[in-house]
Amino acid sequence: MTFAAARAILRKDLAIELRTRQSVPAMALFSVTVFVLFHFGLDRNEIDGSLASGVLWVTLLLATVLAVSRLFAAEREDGALDGVLLAPIDRTAVYLAKASALFLYLVLLELIALPAFAILLLGPDLTQALPELLAIVALADIGLAGVGALVAGLAAETRLREVLVPLLLLPLLVPVLIASAKATKPLLMLNPAATDLGKWLGFMALYDMVFVLLAVAVFDFLLED
Amino acid sequence: MYGKGLRALSIATAVVLTGATALIFFYAPLEADQGIIQKIFYVHVPLAIVALFGFVGGGILAIKQLRTRSREWDMRSYVAIHLSLVFAVGALITGSIWAKASWGHWWVWDEPVLVSFLIVFLLYCCYQPLRFSIEDPEKQARYASVFAIAAGAFVPINFMAVRLATAHIHPRVLSKTGGSLPGEMRLTFLVSLLGVGLLFLTLWKVELTAKNASMKLKKLRQRLEAGEAPATPLPEPAPEPVGTP
Amino acid sequence: MTENAIELAGLERRYGERSALSGVTLNVPAGATLAVFGSNGAGKTTLLRVLAALLRPHAGTANVLGSALPDEAWKVRGRVGYLGHDSMLYRDLTVKQNLDFHARLHGVAPEKVEEAIAAVGLEHRAGDPIRELSRGMVQRAAVARATLHDPAILLLDEPRANLDPAAAEALEPLIGKPSGRTRVLASHDVEHALAEADLALGLKAGRQVFAGKADEKQVRGLYA
Repeated sequence: MTFAAARAILRKDLAIELRTRQSVPAMALFSVTVFVLFHFGLDRNEIDGSLASGVLWVTLLLATVLAVSRLFAAEREDGALDGVLLAPIDRTAVYLAKASALFLYLVLLELIALPAFAILLLGPDLTQALPELLAIVALADIGLAGVGALVAGLAAETRLREVLVPLLLLPLLVPVLIASAKATKPLLMLNPAATDLGKWLGFMALYDMVFVLLAVAVFDFLLED
Repeated sequence: MYGKGLRALSIATAVVLTGATALIFFYAPLEADQGIIQKIFYVHVPLAIVALFGFVGGGILAIKQLRTRSREWDMRSYVAIHLSLVFAVGALITGSIWAKASWGHWWVWDEPVLVSFLIVFLLYCCYQPLRFSIEDPEKQARYASVFAIAAGAFVPINFMAVRLATAHIHPRVLSKTGGSLPGEMRLTFLVSLLGVGLLFLTLWKVELTAKNASMKLKKLRQRLEAGEAPATPLPEPAPEPVGTP
Repeated sequence: MTENAIELAGLERRYGERSALSGVTLNVPAGATLAVFGSNGAGKTTLLRVLAALLRPHAGTANVLGSALPDEAWKVRGRVGYLGHDSMLYRDLTVKQNLDFHARLHGVAPEKVEEAIAAVGLEHRAGDPIRELSRGMVQRAAVARATLHDPAILLLDEPRANLDPAAAEALEPLIGKPSGRTRVLASHDVEHALAEADLALGLKAGRQVFAGKADEKQVRGLYA
């Protein structure tokens, strides 16, 4: 029941994104722009190791901010959220749908941003480390989406929305950044080193679980009046 | 009702804090490597621990708020977080002074307590702006509670992440003597911790009492304005209550 | 069980310390029309939102279709249709997409969507996004949205706004007296609303001024 409603809301969100193209293209464009900025800011043609891993993840986190700010944009117009809340659905469905939409946006973003990063900035070859990188990206995306949807809900109804989204979201994502950057670093080194991939994947799984469960538990309170 | 026990609590706080100060300066031994500046440890660590518990406590009080929908619990959570923020600033400043004295830098990235506190501090700095950008008081309480719960859970997770990422290389007093403090240091530390904890509780009660009194006053004034049976006749006619926006 | 579709007693909703709605006490029999009067900010919209289970009552009791608000709000949702100031439709989606979405949320069979679109006379515009429609057409789409799940109670906030007389006439079977639904009608159009109403409720600054049989003089007094 909850999942059927969540699926309906997700479908609706994807239909809107398909029509307006307001999130994914902006995120992708933003990421490529930031890579260019880093090229000039660092004055480096190729980067590797911790620098590469940091540039990649900071860029992805900042691109997430864009999508999170727009996540409830359609609901804010014309009382559309009321329309959803009038229906006999479990309100958790709204959170699940929004987090899933954000997750999909992030995956689409990475399909563009990762190759762009490999071409524009990265020194070492990315293809060999791909399976590990995919595992890191998947777990990181769950965390970004889970926390992002919660922050979007928190900030959506406030007057300081545009400011609050990055200021709330980025500190909350620091643990994801620590884990994903640390885990990615050895994969992007010129001479691949020993990794403690397991430790960081485990930590991210814990982070994802805690925040998704917590958001499911409290999100209802953001929707009722 | 908040005033009850406040006097006893503040006296206890004053006594313990005085005792802690005496212990710090006259009882605890001078640390061999770091000298007198090491004594800031007795302030820094208790401040950090109490602020940490205050943040998590604010989250737990917020759960109560969501359960009961009462303003009282919102106030309790709000004041706990607000005070913890002040204590966290204290922990950051004392930590950075300690770092400067011990290692010559105002900031050391391999000190997990300090780094975690910076991140937590940055997050909780948004608590007040979030509250005040929501007008409806009831909604404000609910949103603040949701934030407090998420942030309360974030505090230990963040600490864990920073800890995992930091190589423990710096000379921690706790680890200097094979993992535990010598007896005199330990006692001094525990008394300081108790003192700072009591200080937190006292300030929490004081602020709640003040908030409660001003809220009661506001309610009373509102009732007078609504013309509900004032005990004494009003000198001026009360203004009409305004409609919904 | 109960003859009354809506039973309110001492209903109160606060906004901070100030009451946005207080002391509202009345019963609306099933199938009857209640007209709610009051100037802007008197609490009409607040009342409709409470009845739609979008706002929780703070005091008093509100019984809608035999279910108590807010505890049984989930039973009330889906049996109430709300036509508000806002269309509650997504501007970037087409009429059809919007109604398909609401049909899924309400568990309404997909075939009903075509019927609903036809009933409001938007067949030729079903594939157009809401943002390209005129205000009158948006209102018609909103009517389709509010009645798609065949609600027992309709909450109408200025339903005729943006509608020309012919369109208003055409929508009568859905939202007018002939629909046979219990209706709560908030309107500034005193004459029209009184003609339709079985009962009237007057609100001033959130307080109930009168409730019961409609009386034009009392209603006019509200706006004086």
